[in-house]
Amino acid sequence: MVKVALIGAGKMGISHLAILGAHPNVEVVGVSDTSKMVLDVFGKYSSFPCFTNYEEMIKVTKPDAVFVAVPTKYHATMVRKVLESGKHVFAEKPFCLTSEEGKELAGLAKEKKLVNQVGYHNKFIGTFKEVKRILDMNALGKVVHFTGESYGPVVIREKAETWRSNPEEGGGCLMDYASHVIDLINYLLGTITSVKGAMLESIYSKNVEDAVFCMLELSTEVTGILSVNWSDETYRKMSTSITILGKKGKIICDANELKVYFKSHDCPEGYTKGWNIRNVTDLTDSVDFYLRGEEYSAQIDHFINAVQNQTPSPINDFYSAWQTDHAISLIKKNSIL
Amino acid sequence: MMDRIIFGDNQFFAVNHISDEKSRAQSIRFKDDSAIIQTLDLAIDNGVDTFMCTTHDRIENICDHIRRNPKRYEDFKMYPCMPYAHKYANAVTEMGYAGTLKHFVPGNFMGSLFKGGMAFLSKDYLSIMELLVDSEMKMFKGIQTPVIFLQNVITDLLLGLGMVDILAAFHVYVKKKYNAEAGFITMNLPKLLTALESRGIENPIICASINKAGFRMSGGIGAYEKALRTRKVRVMAMQVLAGGAIPPREAIEYVCNLPNIESILFGASSAGNIKQTVSLINEHSMQYEMH
Repeated sequence: MVKVALIGAGKMGISHLAILGAHPNVEVVGVSDTSKMVLDVFGKYSSFPCFTNYEEMIKVTKPDAVFVAVPTKYHATMVRKVLESGKHVFAEKPFCLTSEEGKELAGLAKEKKLVNQVGYHNKFIGTFKEVKRILDMNALGKVVHFTGESYGPVVIREKAETWRSNPEEGGGCLMDYASHVIDLINYLLGTITSVKGAMLESIYSKNVEDAVFCMLELSTEVTGILSVNWSDETYRKMSTSITILGKKGKIICDANELKVYFKSHDCPEGYTKGWNIRNVTDLTDSVDFYLRGEEYSAQIDHFINAVQNQTPSPINDFYSAWQTDHAISLIKKNSIL
Repeated sequence: MMDRIIFGDNQFFAVNHISDEKSRAQSIRFKDDSAIIQTLDLAIDNGVDTFMCTTHDRIENICDHIRRNPKRYEDFKMYPCMPYAHKYANAVTEMGYAGTLKHFVPGNFMGSLFKGGMAFLSKDYLSIMELLVDSEMKMFKGIQTPVIFLQNVITDLLLGLGMVDILAAFHVYVKKKYNAEAGFITMNLPKLLTALESRGIENPIICASINKAGFRMSGGIGAYEKALRTRKVRVMAMQVLAGGAIPPREAIEYVCNLPNIESILFGASSAGNIKQTVSLINEHSMQYEMH
């Protein structure tokens, strides 16, 4: 059994906690939060030991691993403390507010040989995993261009300010929403090395951007477009997609459906010349416990396996999350030019 | 007994687990409430008298229509599924937990609780749950709602957190207040059944994905089939086509041959699909009864 403690029982924290609570190889040894009401509910209805102070929790419960699901502005301090106490860490995204902080934490985790993972769950979605497989076998030929997009209805009118509307705290569409697409581009196509024509647009928010548009250049010399808008109510929920044009074909992929076009019969097994449609139903492995999507359980399974084997995995490690933070900082810099 | 065939509402609200394009097409097709009513009427004309629906804002208009035409909808029943999770999830993002409760719990209950930061009693949390159920049930006044469902995102969240007492309290409350049976939608049937049994809830109504492909059957298709064969449970099968992965005839033959499947939930937009699915279910259900 892996002993796990969790810091921050907000929306993502509670979701992780439910999956951890049902996990056959996990014992939840502690939950810490600053909200009295949240702790009260856990105290009354769950069997998880509750704490107001996370450092005390770690000292008392001696977990093998800690989930950090607090707002991003606390990550730098808390993740560092957890690493220094010798525990494996799963942190929520985006990783850190500045690219320097993330780089240091990635270095520290590596030095301490601790398992480290960040919650960019798209990499655990069947359709995007298949895109990675197709690209890795070079079936699309030389990639010419891509478009990474994400749209959804987070801020659809002028409204009360929360931490999400504070640029100092990691609020805004760039960090909160676009980070997912940026991370996916880094993973699938190459690391983002330069940014052109970045526009951060406010639509309903006063202090932060609601949309991000820019051109990206990757380490692989591929170029493409990023278009993200969290103020689009024609989407029922967040919808992330990527279109990739190669010399031998084209991919259009979102979390539900993968459409692949091959120009010739020279294509991977199971695919044919012309359009191929594959759905998440036949690309998704079943999980032991489901909440909101297989990918949320799959990423936790991945982390717990790595902890059990004492072997850090490169998928979603701090270093890759830092590269995403770094791309975010490039976009920010370019937007004020 | 629940009806054998239950009509679902995903197609009306652009919920499509397979394709974003189809989802948009549905959103366009069902823009007007009259399009929803027309399709519902098609289902009724094919002998389907139960409509299972989310407590989406637009359902209120459908309820108004049903109340205005009591003769036409004399035998019509609705199975509400609550809560419409996106409404609350967006509110939590915007207002936090406390703000969301204040916003959705009717009356002054929350106001008086939050004043002075007094300690919450267990009873208070269950009262909050009851008030939220009441606020979601308001739109169904005067309509038959013999089963009231809890959405899977809430059922499974509480299940994972081990907060099974809240599921049990929901079960008790809908019986007491609405003389209805509680139903639980889940993606984790075997685990949920064990949890409900541990609180003395016998033979519960559970709505879960049941399909030949094993899609969204967490813990594996084997564990589901075993639970259906060996335990007391009244199951409503959903996602029987696994999003189109299984041909309709094969898909329906599979669920109809399993024990303890009381109902089959399906959604469709076209007259042809509604007719075909209903007749397939009837055909295979009859075969099963004759076994």
